[in-house]
Amino acid sequence: MLTKRIIPCLDIKNGRTVKGVNFVDLRDAGDPVELAEIYAQNGADELVFLDISATEEKRKTLAELVMRVAQKINIPFTVGGGISSVEDVELLLNSGADKVSINSSAVKNPQLINELAAKFGSQCIVVAIDAKQIDGEWLVHLVGGKVPTNIKLFDWAKEVEQRGAGEILFTSMDHDGTKNGFANVALAKLGTLVNIPIIASGGAGNMQHFVETFLMGKADAALAASVFHFKEIEIMDLKQELKNNNIEVRI
Amino acid sequence: MGQNNQQTTSTPPSGAGGIVIINYGAGNIQSIKFAIQRLGYEAVLSDNVEEIINADKVIFPGVGEASSAMKKLKSTGLDKLIPTLKQPVLGICLGMQLMCNYCEEGDTKGLGIFDVDVVKFSNTMKVPQIGWNEIYNLKSELFEGIAENEYMYLVHSYYVPLNDEAIATTEYGIKYASALQKDNFYGVQFHPEKSGDVGEQILKNFLNFKL
Repeated sequence: MLTKRIIPCLDIKNGRTVKGVNFVDLRDAGDPVELAEIYAQNGADELVFLDISATEEKRKTLAELVMRVAQKINIPFTVGGGISSVEDVELLLNSGADKVSINSSAVKNPQLINELAAKFGSQCIVVAIDAKQIDGEWLVHLVGGKVPTNIKLFDWAKEVEQRGAGEILFTSMDHDGTKNGFANVALAKLGTLVNIPIIASGGAGNMQHFVETFLMGKADAALAASVFHFKEIEIMDLKQELKNNNIEVRI
Repeated sequence: MGQNNQQTTSTPPSGAGGIVIINYGAGNIQSIKFAIQRLGYEAVLSDNVEEIINADKVIFPGVGEASSAMKKLKSTGLDKLIPTLKQPVLGICLGMQLMCNYCEEGDTKGLGIFDVDVVKFSNTMKVPQIGWNEIYNLKSELFEGIAENEYMYLVHSYYVPLNDEAIATTEYGIKYASALQKDNFYGVQFHPEKSGDVGEQILKNFLNFKL
């Protein structure tokens, strides 16, 4: 059976990991490649690299990093952050990225999803959606969740699928950073509306939260950062716990 | 689930023609090249007919859409060349699909090496299938040392139905052929270059085939 995926997310700035990591076995806590290797060894199913730098040199630095990662790790990885054109995507895929994730640029220019899917195939186009509930309505937010739009989450999810997205990475801004669990009600609803895989993001605090997002949220994959970076959850322990709950995982 | 990071140096598996990855502008070729490097070999990317004919091993990659990939193959004459190759050839993902008779995607006539048509997954399943799934009923030396029900990374919307040339089976709504073999031609729907150590072992088995 197809397994549920566990995906650590690494924030990258100028080619280095940011936010703290607490891995005693790292020689250099800032080196994304070293961290990626450890995650691959420890049972991660995929990795996401989210570039949050905003310098002129960004594109080149990121492409170099992607190539170093692709040389070293033997599991798939997605690259996101500030991608806004066919050329951006081409450079990253040619450097060895398996998938790219687009967010704000897709909202500003939805046609970009069609163009990318036509040129590179849906299988490598992840559309990331950040949303927050305002007066009971899930609304899409931009710029890392800071800027609200009038676009409704569920409408947008259907639209990105129709335009050719291969996967949706849904982050609930209401849950992100709370460590109180994923947005399982919204995730379950998304799962009934679209027929492409959904990655749950935002709110992971303990292993039970992952169990819940797979069983109640019907997510296909779950993404988290700090619980893995600070070793609050070991991926293999998590997978064993998921297996104990009859959730199919790769062990 | 450790990784093979030792950059051992080795000579090409056999002969002098080395490993050629067919370069026709389709998809994530770097990943395959890097995986081969991790195994201690070197591969060249090429669309040169002579170079491909003289290779010891040929890898036929492919990610993307079937009809546009086939157009690219035709524009360089590679569509005629590939079915005539005599050395071990490994098609990966779309590469394998294009080696079949026909692909439903883009109403595409394939290379006709494998006598089967590629069809789309049913809408009762999420499409594309993305992630790690089991391979079983393993029937080829390609899987030497590989246990039944190991997990491989797959990402695809179209599949090859079970048929006489199937050498591995995977289940996603239905049971389908996740690997094929006919004579010197091999095809895998999964990505051995992205399937951890087990995937790398499958690549290694292929690269070590004796002519």
